[in-house]
Amino acid sequence: MPWSRRLRRLHPTDVIMGIVGASVIAVVLYGSYETLRSGRYDGTDWFSFLVAGLTQGSIYALIALGYTLVYGILRMINFAHGEIFTAGAMTTFYLATWLSGKGWLTADRLGSAAGARVLGTIVLLIVFSALISSIVAVVLERVAYRPLRGAPRLIPLITAIGASFFLQYTLRGLYGSGIRPYPDVSVLNRELTFGGGYSIAMDEVVVIGSAFVLMLALVAFVQGTRTGMAMRAVAEDRQAAALMGIDVDRTIATTFAVGGALAGAAGVLYALLFRQTQFFMGFIPGLKAFTAAVLGGIGNIPGAMLGGLFLGIAESIGPFLFLEGLGIPSPNQLKDAIAFTMLVLVLIFRPTGILGERVSKRA
Amino acid sequence: MRSIRWLSLLMAIVLLGGVVVACSSDDEPEDTGSDVEQVDDSTNADDGEMDDEDADEDDDVAEGDVEDVDGEEMDEDMAGGMSVEDVMADSLGVIELGPDDPIEIGAMFVLSGPNESLGVDSRDGVELAIDTIGDLLGHQVVLTAEDSQCSPEGGQTAATRLAADENLVGVIGTNCSGAAEPAIPIVCDAGMVMISPSNTAPKLTASDRPASFGCYLRTAHNDLFQGRVAADFAYTEQGLRKAATIHDGSPYAEELQNVFALRFQELGGEITAQEAVNVNDTDMAPVLTAIAATEPDVIYYPIFTAEGGFVTAQARDTAGLEDVTLMGADGLFSADFVDAAGEAATGMFLSGPFVGDSDLYDDFLLALEDKYGRGPLSGFHAHAYDATMMLLNAAVAAAAVTEDGGLVIGRQALRDALYATTSYEGLTGSLTCDEQGDCATGEALAVFEITADVAADPEGTWPPGTVYQP
Repeated sequence: MPWSRRLRRLHPTDVIMGIVGASVIAVVLYGSYETLRSGRYDGTDWFSFLVAGLTQGSIYALIALGYTLVYGILRMINFAHGEIFTAGAMTTFYLATWLSGKGWLTADRLGSAAGARVLGTIVLLIVFSALISSIVAVVLERVAYRPLRGAPRLIPLITAIGASFFLQYTLRGLYGSGIRPYPDVSVLNRELTFGGGYSIAMDEVVVIGSAFVLMLALVAFVQGTRTGMAMRAVAEDRQAAALMGIDVDRTIATTFAVGGALAGAAGVLYALLFRQTQFFMGFIPGLKAFTAAVLGGIGNIPGAMLGGLFLGIAESIGPFLFLEGLGIPSPNQLKDAIAFTMLVLVLIFRPTGILGERVSKRA
Repeated sequence: MRSIRWLSLLMAIVLLGGVVVACSSDDEPEDTGSDVEQVDDSTNADDGEMDDEDADEDDDVAEGDVEDVDGEEMDEDMAGGMSVEDVMADSLGVIELGPDDPIEIGAMFVLSGPNESLGVDSRDGVELAIDTIGDLLGHQVVLTAEDSQCSPEGGQTAATRLAADENLVGVIGTNCSGAAEPAIPIVCDAGMVMISPSNTAPKLTASDRPASFGCYLRTAHNDLFQGRVAADFAYTEQGLRKAATIHDGSPYAEELQNVFALRFQELGGEITAQEAVNVNDTDMAPVLTAIAATEPDVIYYPIFTAEGGFVTAQARDTAGLEDVTLMGADGLFSADFVDAAGEAATGMFLSGPFVGDSDLYDDFLLALEDKYGRGPLSGFHAHAYDATMMLLNAAVAAAAVTEDGGLVIGRQALRDALYATTSYEGLTGSLTCDEQGDCATGEALAVFEITADVAADPEGTWPPGTVYQP
């Protein structure tokens, strides 16, 4: 197409959007340049930002996978997912406190037998929490969502919001409204130091490592097993899958169970990292994980992982890199603004998310 | 296709609009504030006259009642020395109670969530004051407590609910200054008075506060004082020279860290960073890393329980901050916070309400133990007790007994009586209210240290020992 014709076909909105995009990029580049030039933070600081972002991001990613799995198969947003995360973390609090009382979470160093027991206990906590969360998720699906399977799409969405409140206040009734501090696993507070002042805390290693293993396990499950194949088939075309002899209800329940298990595991990792649980704790991570899922392309499994990690890192590095150099005071306060601005920008320029498929409406 | 494009343009415009609003919002409240003041100058003048007329009378009455209320029965004509006709002519309206109607007071505190113990502790103080006072002029006193949370929305909801009750004499609350801001105009418009036992934000009683704040008083210390004490302690007592601060965007935290920073610089210290976190944040590692890069000797973060717990626990894990001195303020002054922070809280300093030893306070603690089987949960129970006592005394001063044994209480007279409180001997010392509503004594503040014992068993050892008193 010759340039003149292309220019004539250029819609005025495209021009304005292009200017908006370019100015955002210019501001970001200028801010980053100023920050880096000032030399306020050195390499070890940036490394700490990155690790903190990766840690937080891998928790977002695990929760985001639950949103994306359910969306992929049912085309609905399960807004109660943050509460499924809370349910696992808070129930596991009792097991963790009990095991901690027996000394199972105490060790001098990770290399010893006691250290191996600590890691084993953490795996046990993750499994237990995953179990609780998937039970909650499956019951939720059976009671609240399955009866509405044929209803217009808005109705399960509103139900999900109602279920979210119901679960939140049930948890408040069960566990009280105060903070429940998780036992401190002191051996995980150790730093793993590399040369040149670079270091990473053991709990961050555990969180990132566990999240990575769980994500690999999920991919293996979805791609490599018959149930995983059934899930993909139902996601693609529910009626056709049913005609091929797949038990659709059962497959959907499995999806909720898998998503719930990941959220439960994320709950334990979150509690290990931050040591506080409270009935309201799932709300913000749930919202952020939803953002991450949309950012990566909702319905897309690698997209949710990427979106989660991306969001975590953007939140952690963004304020200090982009805003500090612009002379904005207390930039960390604006990290949510950065996260959601990024979401809006991605949705403007790539409405289906970073890895989302381009769905052609014209076809 | 075209509509989608226009939609995305719309989104961009909304986004830009949001940025513009966010950037300019700082100026707006001030503008409206000054408008309100101008409009209300005339009404203020009226109030001033009334004050002059009644001030002498009220002074006597207020002092007289302090002694009477302690348990002796009161004669009917002791009820403030006002006639029924006087009371009925009250400019703000009258509360009329039948012979069997109770005197109702409202309370709004944080009764759920991470700062729960702050609110429950204050409610304990109010309830014990009501127990102590027993019958008032032959009427029972009942309490309606609402959960105002620690948020503006919570304060607004609680105040709206309480203001709907026409018989309510006054409101004790809130805990958080952020919740108080929207609540005060609602309570004041309903003609009631509001006394807070734990709001400390300076602007609530600043000389340029809007006229719609005219019914508000507090028994808690002002942060202009608290921030100064904290800075003096850090600089002079501890010999620290470089400080960083963190706030959470709430009016309380933002103003307090600012007062601290100004005083610290005035003393000759250096402020290396003034950072902020958001309420509900959990991951403090980035902000702490940024602070560590400025190498402070002390981090001062006058925020609340949940975020304070995260900051404390994660500060100890941040490279470069292992040995830095940590300091908080009264928003963190509860066993819940130490629970949340865990062992990392060891060695931390908190400025907070302090009640000196007195027989009155010993009796209070015994009564508390008796009623709830535990000690105080946080630090503002004594302030809440004093606030309730002052409110009830003022209610008596503004009341008259009707022929059928009922009670009428004048709202403006009640307000005047409260503002005229002089040398009221309460648990927190001798309270005198100024015309802006600050009634705190200035004695009831100290710096506490969280020792290893306290960190190991916060509930059992609360409150911690003091290390510094101004």
